[in-house]
Formats: sequence, structure tokens, C-alpha cells
Amino acid sequence: MLRESELQISAAIRREIIPAGEPWMGRIRRGQTFRILDLEGNQAVDTLFYSADTLEERYSAVDTIRAQGSIYLTTGTRLLSNEGNTMLSIVADTCGRHDTLGGACSAESNTVRYAIDKRHMHSCRDNFLLALSKWGEQYGKTFGKRDLAHNINFFMNVPVTPDGKLTFADGVSGPGRYVEMRAEMDVTVLISNCPQLNNPCNAYNPTPVEVVVWD
Amino acid sequence: MPESTPYWVLWEERVAAGAHWSHLLRRGTTMRIMDVSGGANVSMLLYNYDDRLERYNMPDTLKAQHTAYLTKDFVCYSDMGRILCSIVEDTSGWHDTICGVSSAELVEQKYGKTRYQEQRNERYQNGYDSLLNELGKYGLGKRDIGATVNWFSKVVVDEQGALQFDTSHAKQGAYVDLRFEMNTLVVLTTCQHPLDPNPRYEPREIHLTAWHSRPPARNDSCRLKCPENQRGFRNTEMWMR
Repeated sequence: MLRESELQISAAIRREIIPAGEPWMGRIRRGQTFRILDLEGNQAVDTLFYSADTLEERYSAVDTIRAQGSIYLTTGTRLLSNEGNTMLSIVADTCGRHDTLGGACSAESNTVRYAIDKRHMHSCRDNFLLALSKWGEQYGKTFGKRDLAHNINFFMNVPVTPDGKLTFADGVSGPGRYVEMRAEMDVTVLISNCPQLNNPCNAYNPTPVEVVVWD
Repeated sequence: MPESTPYWVLWEERVAAGAHWSHLLRRGTTMRIMDVSGGANVSMLLYNYDDRLERYNMPDTLKAQHTAYLTKDFVCYSDMGRILCSIVEDTSGWHDTICGVSSAELVEQKYGKTRYQEQRNERYQNGYDSLLNELGKYGLGKRDIGATVNWFSKVVVDEQGALQFDTSHAKQGAYVDLRFEMNTLVVLTTCQHPLDPNPRYEPREIHLTAWHSRPPARNDSCRLKCPENQRGFRNTEMWMR
């Protein structure tokens, strides 16, 4: 459901650009609002959330879609943890549909999906693993591959048909579209601004996005 | 014994309704799961037995094969681009991959509160605690639980993305044969599907049968299902060599 935000960008306490293909990690406090802005359009933003308090609690794609009875994320969606708690609520969305079934690209899945010689290409799971290895301890945790749960792909369009087909379709986002969430608990956010060049998830041209935080 | 199982059966086992179970299934073994009475659901997680950091990955499985559900000729991918098991036979036609399992809260809300003190082994079980219980035996825990395969359950997604559970899908005697391509730790629970609208707590038992099977041939129908699977088998065979 499309809904615009009433927040003014001038009131934001934090604004950061994530260049194409790079990771980002940050902490959002309960009650803060977190916006991801698709600056140039059709840019997949692979995102994981962890409870700031305990590593065992994290975003759960299957619990989120089962609880709302629908596979697409948009305004009104409660992003649930594996413990059934609401981590964040989507409060504004000018894109209209976000994916949580498509997962994150990796060197290994690129060999299966495209060709064996695509292994060297940059991928979201490489971003995730390197970010967790380098920055994880700043968040008081020793993260690893076990912590790469099924993620959200903001601005990505992965339709499922009634006969069960799943495809990566052209994006429904555009320049300046955004999604905004209110944190319902203190969370650690891990983003890979997706570097994938082999499918239309980034319109074959990865571009920067912006993250914005309000108190 | 179910029909069309070979005479060189390795073992058979009944798994009770609402139970949890785990076992090592080696490369070159096929395991049949049968819905004995109809209405069964089997929520399963798969791990590389030799390196449990490698595990079944729902998104990789779905993306590689351009599908949201599983049936004959599809395979279950790990997060490392390899194939843990292939679906070589299936009389069910649809197995859910995207709905996960029930929690203690959901089971209490749907069916009521029970305790061991009064109900003994008839107490109500839930999918999440059942998996945690079984995973703990191998040093695994909450961080190791991803999306399950929910064998025998059919959930359709409509044009708007809404989920619909098909109550007529799980038939008595339906079976699915999994051929293991790697040494695989199989962890499962027979708890009801979380979207099963049945207001009564009625999980169902299953029957497992395992036998030695040949390595997948050059013209194996799972291998030839799509070019992605040919590369997945290449990655797997290279690893197991």
C-alpha cells in the first residue's frame, strides 16, 4: 500500500549514502524511524535485522509472511523475529512492494544460477560476511555465516504466480522512492547494497541508496 | 511395506504424530516419506553432516529452479551452491517451502494449553520447539533454523500475494522419495502446518523407508530439470569426489 511519510528530511539525525555494491551496518533505537531511499531507482537493498540485545533473535521472513498472510512487504507490515516479536513496522512506502523470498546473492549461487565462471563476481553474501567479520564486534557480537538468515530485498520485485512459479521481474521502484520503518525494539541493521549484474533486480546497473534516521 | 520400495531396504521407521526426529542420510541413500493416514505435514531442515555450517537454503532452492514449491525432479540446494537431496518420486505434487513452522504461542492460541503434568505424551507440540529440541543434539540452535520444507502441505499464493492453505491436498498413502547427494543431517517434526485451518490438534504419523540408490546418471531427470541443476550437480559431485 502506497503511503507517503510526513517526516521532514531536515529533521533527520543521520543521513548516509551507501555506494553501489557496498555493505552498511548500523543501530536503530526503539522509537526511531529508519528510511531507505532508492536514489536512482530499481536498486535492490538486501537487509537483515538483529535484536541489539541478543544475537539469537533476528528477522524471520517466514514468520513475517505467515503472520500477515501475504508474501509482499509494504505499509502496515510488521517485520517479525524468529521469536514472534515485532522488530520494526513499515509506516511509509512509496514503492508498494518489497520481496523477502529472493534471499541474497552469493558466489556459490551465482555459479548455479548463471555460470561457473561467475564465481568471482561481487555478491551480497560476501558483503554480509565481510561486514560481520570486520564490524560485528562493534555491536558486541561474534557473528558468522549462521547469522545470514533469510533477508528482505527492499525495492526488489519477485512475483509468485498462483501455479507456483517464482521469477525475478523488472523492478517496480523508481528514483526517489523510499520505504520507512519504525523500530519497535533496539535493532542492529545489516545492509548489502546489491552488486548483482546478472539479473534485472538492479536493472543491470547497481546504484547508490541513502539511509536516513529520525528520533 | 509401501509399494515399489526395493527389496534392499536398509531400515524402516514410524515417526509418531507431533514428534521430532533426526538421522544421518548418506550420499547414495534414498528415503521415502509416506503420509500414512492423510493430512500429514513434515517440516524438515537439512544440514551437511560433515560441516553443519552448510545447510538447506530456501531462497537459493527457489531461485535456481524458478519455483515457489517443490515436487518431483526439483532438488534442495544448500547455501553453498550444492545439492543436499533430489526429489526422485512424488505422488503429492506440491510441498510448501515458504511458511515455516508453528510456535508454542500459536499452538496454545489455536488448540489450547496443555502440560506434560496432566496430558503426559499427549501434550500439544509445536514446530519451533520440536526443531530446537532436535537441533540441540548436534550443537545447533536458534541461529541455525531457516525456512523449512513442509512436505505434503500445499499453500498457494494469489495474484495479490495472499497465502491460501489447501485443505484437500494431503492424501492418505502419498509419498515423496528423497535421494541424498551429500551426507545429510535430516531434522524433522510431524507437527501440523502453521496455516492448517483445522481447529483441532490433529498431527499425523509418517512412515520412513530408506534404501541404497545409485548415483544420479548423466540423464537423471533432476539433473536435466534445468541448466541450473546441471551446474548444481557439477558443484556437488566435485565436492564429494
